Amino acid sequence: MTSVLTAFATALATGAVRVIDLTHTLTPQFPTIVMPPELGQCAPFRLEEISRYDERGPAWYWNNFTMGEHTGTHFDAPIHWVTGKELPNNAVDTIPPDHFLAPACVIDCSAESAADPDFVLTIPFVEAWEAKHGRIPPKSWVLLRTDWHKLPPKQYVNLLDDGPHSPGPAPAVVRWLVEERDVHGFGTETIGTDAGQAAHFTPPYPAHHYMHGRGRYGLQCLANLDQLPATGALLLTAPLKIRQGSGSPLRVLALVETKP
Amino acid sequence: MTDELIRPRRKDPLRKTREPLLPQGVRSRTAHGLTAAAAEGRFALQVCADCGFTLYPPRDACPRCLSARLPFKDVPPNGTVLAETTIRTSTDVYFRERTPWRIGTVALDCGPFFVTHLHGDVTEGARVKMTLRLDKSGNAVAIAMPDRPTEHQEDDVQLRELTCDPKFRRVLITDGRNATGQAMARAMAAAGASIIFVGVADPWKPFPNETTLRATPNVEIVSLDLTDTQSVADVAGELAHRVDILVNTAEHPRSGGIMHRNGLTIAQQEMDTRYFALLRLAQHFGPTMRARGADGTNAAAAFVNLLSVHALINWPQYGAFSATEAACLSAAQALRAELRGGGIKVLNMFAGPLDTEWFQSVPPPKLSPTALATATVDALRKGIEDSYVGDIAQDIKARLDAQPKALERELGA
Repeated sequence: MTSVLTAFATALATGAVRVIDLTHTLTPQFPTIVMPPELGQCAPFRLEEISRYDERGPAWYWNNFTMGEHTGTHFDAPIHWVTGKELPNNAVDTIPPDHFLAPACVIDCSAESAADPDFVLTIPFVEAWEAKHGRIPPKSWVLLRTDWHKLPPKQYVNLLDDGPHSPGPAPAVVRWLVEERDVHGFGTETIGTDAGQAAHFTPPYPAHHYMHGRGRYGLQCLANLDQLPATGALLLTAPLKIRQGSGSPLRVLALVETKP
Repeated sequence: MTDELIRPRRKDPLRKTREPLLPQGVRSRTAHGLTAAAAEGRFALQVCADCGFTLYPPRDACPRCLSARLPFKDVPPNGTVLAETTIRTSTDVYFRERTPWRIGTVALDCGPFFVTHLHGDVTEGARVKMTLRLDKSGNAVAIAMPDRPTEHQEDDVQLRELTCDPKFRRVLITDGRNATGQAMARAMAAAGASIIFVGVADPWKPFPNETTLRATPNVEIVSLDLTDTQSVADVAGELAHRVDILVNTAEHPRSGGIMHRNGLTIAQQEMDTRYFALLRLAQHFGPTMRARGADGTNAAAAFVNLLSVHALINWPQYGAFSATEAACLSAAQALRAELRGGGIKVLNMFAGPLDTEWFQSVPPPKLSPTALATATVDALRKGIEDSYVGDIAQDIKARLDAQPKALERELGA
């Protein structure tokens, strides 16, 4: 009898299972979330060369890099938000490692987001998705596909004089996903898991408030969600093991079965 | 009247770029009293504290009363040209390729006689104003200027060796997102700079008056992030050989001292935006500017730092900010020595609090960005290297010179 992992390895080798990279390349130009200037800011990605086959190191090339825990494609741990600060195993170093492998449901809101950058995901919208693709299984990631990852930086952040405008979930749907669907976490292509204008929602930043308050996770700045099926993808989302880290840049990989 | 400078033609790529040479640069310690005056655009000579005799050249004893008490003091610069001559050849390699060169003798009304460079509009018998300037070696020399301004007098060939006039030069303003960078772009346009490259970081982030900046004559926006080494390297790769004057307008003023700030994030941003940015600019633009110090009419001429006057002495209300500015001042002094071989001046413009949002709670007087930009152009035209702009900067400088310990206590009160 073939073991599960042997069968899986064979499926990878034959192309029956494909690996899709959901990660943006870390570059200095990639936008980080903008806070009011008098508040603390998340550091953007920066690279300093240590040596490049030169007098600083003749045969080797390597760099030092700096960035925030929430720079580029990144993972949010429950400790990131005040609502999750007292939970057990709430930081990237203490989250059980089996939580870094989970299936994903992809809700396509790309048309709605293109029509309205302030598109807000609601419970009826998800129920309509379920009518088509089935009920969201427990411990699944819910990923909001907006095709936002295709936008150039200015439109991606979409900063106007009343703040950023980008799609995200309504407070009620986040609470419902946690309480009624027991989701693993919430993922987006935008700069945060919440809508651009979510500072004005009640509670503010509901994806952070409810997901992290109940020990669930966040993924943001995802790419290539348009290459995923609505259901059936398996995500690998292991953050760096930073002691008491609130999150971490990471490589997000999706395993997808090729249609026979 | 001086022949008006004509816009330089594009360089013949088959001709070797002239290497920068320096005039003789050795001065006695005492003679650096003249360097100090020239650096600030003042005309100061030794005046004997015992007998009142005004003397030149600098000496260690008064020729009239033998007193050793010979402080430099600002004196009236007026005088009369007694004689003039034109040097047509020289064994000195710097002057050899700059002849003909006019020099003369000037009798100052306050006593001393000068052997001096002559502005082209100055003739024998003319009344003149003597000025001290820094030559390409960074040391003081005297040039006699017309008593009254003449047409295009700033375009005189001998004078332009001593100044960094933006006219027909290409300027890089490193940060156009702030009011100072924008005011600087306007001032450089008005001063006749031929191209004004203006750096803008995070172009996806809107900033005030972006439209006005883009509409400023001769402005070309470049994507430049001073906190990103690769960005500075990329822009330098494309533009360094076209930058004759670099004005670093990056700023990051934040209030708060040392002890009560929570953590180092702001301090790191301050150092990254100001001190490390200066190092990045120096490493990536400095070598090319140094090599282009004698490259014709629009040779590389100046690297300008805008510094808080609190680089000189800490203002605890903005304590960490002051410390960052002090680091920048120290680096600027090192850079000055490193660029001197190319005849490139490093200008430090010292200012008090600017009239911007980050000094909102500070009472007036505050310096407008436009005033700082105007003063920068003025300093470039005069060729000075240390300028104290506005009431606060001048007051701090005066109090520092008089009683630094008292000033430390007063600022910390």
